[in-house]
Amino acid sequence: MTAQTAAQPAVSFAPLLEKKFGGAIRPEPGPKSDIPTVGCDAATLKDLALFLRDDPNAKFDLLLDVVSIDRSRLPAAMRPRDGHRFGLSYLLYSTRHNQHLRVRVGVPEADPKVPTLVDTWPAANWFEREAWDLMGVTFEGHPNLRRLLTHNGFVGHPLRKDYEASQRWLCTEEDLLKTELAARTEVEEDIFETMTLNFGPSHPATHGTLRCVFRVDGEKIVAAESECGYLHRNFEKMAEEHTFTQVIPYTDRLNYCSPMINGNGYARTIEQMLGIEVPPRARAVRSILAEFSRIMDHMVCVGTNLVDLGALTNFWYAYQAREQIYSLLEACCGARLTSSYARIGGLSNDVPANFADWCRTLCREIEDELKEIDGLITKNRIAHKRMRGTGYISKADAIAYGFTGPCLRASGVGYDVRKDAPYDFYDEVDFDVPVADGGDNFARYLVRMEEMRQSIRIIEQLVKKLPGGPIVSDDYRVVLPPKEMVYNEMEGLIYHFKVVFEGIKVPPGEIYSFTEGGNGELGYSLVSDGSGRPYRLKVRPPCFPLFAAFEKMVIGGMVSDAVATLGTLNIIAGELDR
Amino acid sequence: MADYIPVLFFAVMAAILPVAGLGIMALFRPSKPDPIKLSPYECGVEPTSEAWDHRFSVRYYLIAVLFVVFDVETIFVFPWAVMYQKLLLFGLIEMVIFLGILVIGYVYVWKRGALTWA
Amino acid sequence: MSPELFNVAAAGAKIAFVWGVVLAALLPMLIWAERRVAAFIQDRPGPNRVGPLGLFQSLADAIKFFMKEDVTPTYADRFLFNLAPWITLVPAITTFAIIPFGSSLPVTLGGQTYDVPLIIADVNVGVLYMFALTSIGIYGIVLAGYTSNDKFSLLGGIRSSAQIISYELAMGISAIGVFMTAGSLRLPEVVAYQQQHIWNVVPQILGAVIFIISAFAETNRLPFDLPEAEAELVAGYHTEYSAFKFAMFFMGEYANMVAASALIVTLYFGGWSLPGIAFTGVAGALLSIAVFAAKTGLFIFIFLWVRWTLPRFRYDQLMDLGWKVFLPLSVLNLLYVAILVAAGKA
Repeated sequence: MTAQTAAQPAVSFAPLLEKKFGGAIRPEPGPKSDIPTVGCDAATLKDLALFLRDDPNAKFDLLLDVVSIDRSRLPAAMRPRDGHRFGLSYLLYSTRHNQHLRVRVGVPEADPKVPTLVDTWPAANWFEREAWDLMGVTFEGHPNLRRLLTHNGFVGHPLRKDYEASQRWLCTEEDLLKTELAARTEVEEDIFETMTLNFGPSHPATHGTLRCVFRVDGEKIVAAESECGYLHRNFEKMAEEHTFTQVIPYTDRLNYCSPMINGNGYARTIEQMLGIEVPPRARAVRSILAEFSRIMDHMVCVGTNLVDLGALTNFWYAYQAREQIYSLLEACCGARLTSSYARIGGLSNDVPANFADWCRTLCREIEDELKEIDGLITKNRIAHKRMRGTGYISKADAIAYGFTGPCLRASGVGYDVRKDAPYDFYDEVDFDVPVADGGDNFARYLVRMEEMRQSIRIIEQLVKKLPGGPIVSDDYRVVLPPKEMVYNEMEGLIYHFKVVFEGIKVPPGEIYSFTEGGNGELGYSLVSDGSGRPYRLKVRPPCFPLFAAFEKMVIGGMVSDAVATLGTLNIIAGELDR
Repeated sequence: MADYIPVLFFAVMAAILPVAGLGIMALFRPSKPDPIKLSPYECGVEPTSEAWDHRFSVRYYLIAVLFVVFDVETIFVFPWAVMYQKLLLFGLIEMVIFLGILVIGYVYVWKRGALTWA
Repeated sequence: MSPELFNVAAAGAKIAFVWGVVLAALLPMLIWAERRVAAFIQDRPGPNRVGPLGLFQSLADAIKFFMKEDVTPTYADRFLFNLAPWITLVPAITTFAIIPFGSSLPVTLGGQTYDVPLIIADVNVGVLYMFALTSIGIYGIVLAGYTSNDKFSLLGGIRSSAQIISYELAMGISAIGVFMTAGSLRLPEVVAYQQQHIWNVVPQILGAVIFIISAFAETNRLPFDLPEAEAELVAGYHTEYSAFKFAMFFMGEYANMVAASALIVTLYFGGWSLPGIAFTGVAGALLSIAVFAAKTGLFIFIFLWVRWTLPRFRYDQLMDLGWKVFLPLSVLNLLYVAILVAAGKA
């Protein structure tokens, strides 16, 4: 359980920070299983960011997330010393030292301003827009501080604690995107020679409700602008209104192509905070199903991407495998798509008796389907022509834009949470992390294909050593006691009552917990105030930074390339918009 | 021209059948127009500009001009092909010269980048 | 009965035959076949509910197309918008008129035996007529794309025009080799030459390959279906079309595919003939029709097979292939055949 955090060394560059910044920064202790944290003031933020990015001992080159917190309803004991209402946590990762770090900044209520970090990490662009949109923290110097997830006509900042969630806004059509784009292109291009092509939200290639606006010259894209938020439902605000257990079904709706992984990641976050032990059988089953989910996710990505390239048949091969996996999931938890299988402390119920054999058969079937797709595409010249060299992103850019997962690995960085900060059973199985250095669509396709084969390897090893024992923890402060106990024993009834009515009591504190999702690092930042509900839950959706970089990747290519690129990035609207 | 009468008949039939079909079925077809339905497809948002507002890229035009040049040449080759078995060597030399001129033009066009899309 | 009257009657009978078999029975069958073949390749059942094996699926679809609302967008040019489907469909169907679909059928009437050639119109410019008709067919697509006043349609229409004209060059020049050997533009004579000598595909394999691939491009089939590339251009030139007018584009595409297959068979694969068999008498005529149908069916199957196997080209790659590869190769093929014929005569 704590393997992940054990792999995280203490802040080794702390003396350096001390020397350079003196009292302006301070290490802030958190829960044992959390990543290290340093606090600073808005004034030193910019210098600190540059230092953390560039110093060879730190080298935090990848900005994972920007978490904003409204601390106004926190219990007095948890209030920060600076007394500021808002807090921002910049989550960083160092690809060189394999280390996470949180930089925490307080932002006063009266003048909620911090300098932007877009110049340091381009990934900050959308993260900061999101923080402004939902929390109302202004980033000085941000090039384009517009609303991102909510509509332009929206009033207020919904994640603030004093925002009344039952309000309704009438949001009328107002197309900022085209004016935005026009402003960018008019200076250099004759408006008549180029055409504005609206791409989404309802377009066959967007696979969900995304939107891009391209300025095309013939078919060549000269300017692009993308927009998300069409599927925004503010998962994070909903989580604040529900008990920890009630949040689990919502996590299924994040990346709906691999719901198991989301649920596992969420449950892990709470378990880390509680410090409870998950039975080995539950961990093994979680890993197996997470790997199956990864295969599904990649199958959806590869299949639909090839549809966009015109190779329709592969879609059926990919979805065939996916349907079979759904049947396994259904046998385990009763639902195909929205599994809600994970529970805090384990899983909702045990797997069927023939689980191991089923998994093995399924692996064979998936291998067959992979072979079919391989045969049709991997050596096909047209596929090569379409995917090689298109949608290119360099290693440096991929890191700067906050890529993780297959897309980062396709650009030559072998960062995989399963390997670099192992959790569940991943440190006990043998598997490779495929890395390609093409950085183009073909590299991403190859990485995904190979990852599916590696997932099969993992599943086979785990199935072989599938431990027995309970599927869920017996800590009844967290887990519902069995029915016999509830009906026959007083304690059982009390536990049941408390878990159902008050929710699980999670100790106060902040934690960042991360797993490898289908698209990259899936992180949950949780702030708990000790009550039965999350005080603040922030998801780091892996495809959010991917889509932020999309417009950069397509400029100069053709419309067809943009379609292929959107496919290999695997943008899942449910996760992107939350 | 008598050969073409069946062709004409064929074409007229091909044109009339859909007309008849459309005419008869108009009696059964619903017609409920509304402004949203009748607006051009723009991926779900209101179109801000019409397609006719823009000029399309001049490269397409270039391709069309090149096509006309080469297609006219091709038409010249057809009668030559039919008569080739009577012309033989004379025809061959003649055609090599003709195609040679064509190839010079082709190489020129290629070198000028008219065939490259970028 | 006078010979003139007989000729008119024979022509009428042949037209009725082609309409009945090809257009009323074969096209719906083909649409069904495409979906069944696709399903077979993709490991799924395909349409199997309407009628035995789902054979009446096309009929059900046709009824649906007739009954759907017919939408003409506000900003479209109404007249041209409504005309475009006809411009696509009519030439596509009319190409069948010049394809010899069998040897000749001896008919004895009133003590007199007439030899009815199984071709509707043996026009002297033969394949030029065919090229002319396909060129007219492009106007349908271009007009559909342009008059819809929709950006996706417009891109699809322009793509289509540039694509089809590019491949028409390679197609035309590679076909010239066939007419050099036959010494005529008439398709029956091309078939007769192949019957007497050898199928053109053997000496002119390069030309045949170029012609077949260009035929894919001409009929907008994958890997060249860029004008309607659904992932990029939604539905390309027919994005704004609905109901029966959409069905007309659909039928036009299939009719073009049948015509292209028939033309490939006629030019390169011996038409209705088989080596070593003389098709005489009524039995011979019927057999020749069957042979022609089988060969054409094979190529139609290849069209379907390729569609469900290959990804789609990108626009610039498609143009590169047409202009930088096929055009020079087809000219080379022309010279090669010229030398071949000269050597054969010498």
